[in-house]
Amino acid sequence: MRRDAIFIGIEVDQGALDEHSELPAHLTQVCPVDIYRETEGALEIVAENIDECVLCGLCLDTEHLGVAVGAVKVIKLYDDCAVLGAE
Amino acid sequence: MRFFEYEAREIVKRSGIPVTDFGFTTDAAEARTIAERIGGSTVIKSQVLTGGRMKAGGVKFADTPEEAQAHAADILELEINGQMPRGVLVDPKADVKQEYYAGVVWDGTAKKPVILFSDMGGIDIEDVAREHPAHVGRVHLSNILPLSDYQAKECIAQTGVTGKALQRLTPIVRKLAQLFVDNDMVLAEINPLAEMHDGSFIALDAHMDMESEARGRHKQLLKDLGVGDDETRMAREPTEFELAGEAVDNASHRGVAGNVTEFDGNIGLVIGAGGGSLTLFDAVRAHGGKPANYCEIGGNPSVEKACGLAKLVLQKPGVDKIAVMMSIVSNTRVDIVARGVIKACLELDMDPAEKIAIFRIPGAWEEEGFKILEKYGIEYADRSVSMHEAARRAVAKIAGPEAVTT
Ligand code: SF4
Repeated sequence: MRRDAIFIGIEVDQGALDEHSELPAHLTQVCPVDIYRETEGALEIVAENIDECVLCGLCLDTEHLGVAVGAVKVIKLYDDCAVLGAE
Repeated sequence: MRFFEYEAREIVKRSGIPVTDFGFTTDAAEARTIAERIGGSTVIKSQVLTGGRMKAGGVKFADTPEEAQAHAADILELEINGQMPRGVLVDPKADVKQEYYAGVVWDGTAKKPVILFSDMGGIDIEDVAREHPAHVGRVHLSNILPLSDYQAKECIAQTGVTGKALQRLTPIVRKLAQLFVDNDMVLAEINPLAEMHDGSFIALDAHMDMESEARGRHKQLLKDLGVGDDETRMAREPTEFELAGEAVDNASHRGVAGNVTEFDGNIGLVIGAGGGSLTLFDAVRAHGGKPANYCEIGGNPSVEKACGLAKLVLQKPGVDKIAVMMSIVSNTRVDIVARGVIKACLELDMDPAEKIAIFRIPGAWEEEGFKILEKYGIEYADRSVSMHEAARRAVAKIAGPEAVTT
């Protein structure tokens, strides 16, 4: 699933979501500006908050859940779609 | 924040300075009761936060309690400079031998309080200072050292007052200075400070203005005086534009994007950071620019908050472009502010490159911020461009090169 705002885009791999039911709750918990919301186990990317992303990278740190690196992407739309943490 | 005269007098009274046996009321019949208690002639004074009461008919003399009631009824209905009175102050008519002036104000240039004293009271101190400078004494106070009678005495003596009057005035002026410091005032003024025929001194009128930011430190005093939390007590009522700015700031807890003050110029300002707002506002004016507003942005506001403020300024009638300028920021992120102001333009269907005359915010996350600005073609400056120079460029770009005076 991917959602773009003006400056930031967020992409979360659907396969990782299907495989790791705890991922939505984890993302909801770590993001300081409420970009992720878990509703009945499903993940929602909150459109109006996406541009508030502070590029902290907390949502990228999913290895301890067994989720592959790169399953969550924060994309800087203003910087040739550079992916946070991959520059 | 300003105090009504009856409140200012109460503050003066609490500091131990003699005041008259005045009374405050919102009811004409009670004005009569107060006048009966006082006995003799009285003065009925409208309680408004504006000058020109006498000229407007807001101060009247009464020889009897019945007359006091009638005057109070008239004054309570009388609007002065757009303000209805909070009530009336009923004061004994004093038999005065001489009127003096005593005041303490904040001297922004010296960054210290200064005591002002004049033996020509009852008129504006500015007029006395201009026309009779030898009749105004001035002594600066330390911000940290304790006050002493000596400072008050030195100030009074500069006007030629000697003897018993000097001895009696000294503790009054020292107490006024103490009141100023203790209550975080920016102005504490007694005018007139009257010398009675028996040689005693009494405060006949007082003006007090407290630093708004210090309200939290004086909750008990404000509660005792009945000043509500929602009363701004500014020199004028906030405009719709200013209220909208307050709403933007209150919409989220993150950072500051508010303290908006409306002016009638054409240069829209989104400014801030550690005193940067005042410096930049002054710099714009020094270059001949006419700001459309003042505001403060800092403390890392959300994108939405920066966007809300920029939108408000961009939509102000007469504003064509905004200048986004701050001092070097530490905790407020350049990229977040950049996103906010650009988003404001886009949501208003405006071209950011055209509407943002200059963006000068160096500091935290500036590389990221500059990438955003470049993408949208916005003219930006890093720390090699001073705030002064950025303000000059803003004036030249918004008001035209011919508007730049320095
Ligand atoms: S990088 Fe930080 S702010 Fe941005 S989406 Fe991830 S957790 Fe939220």
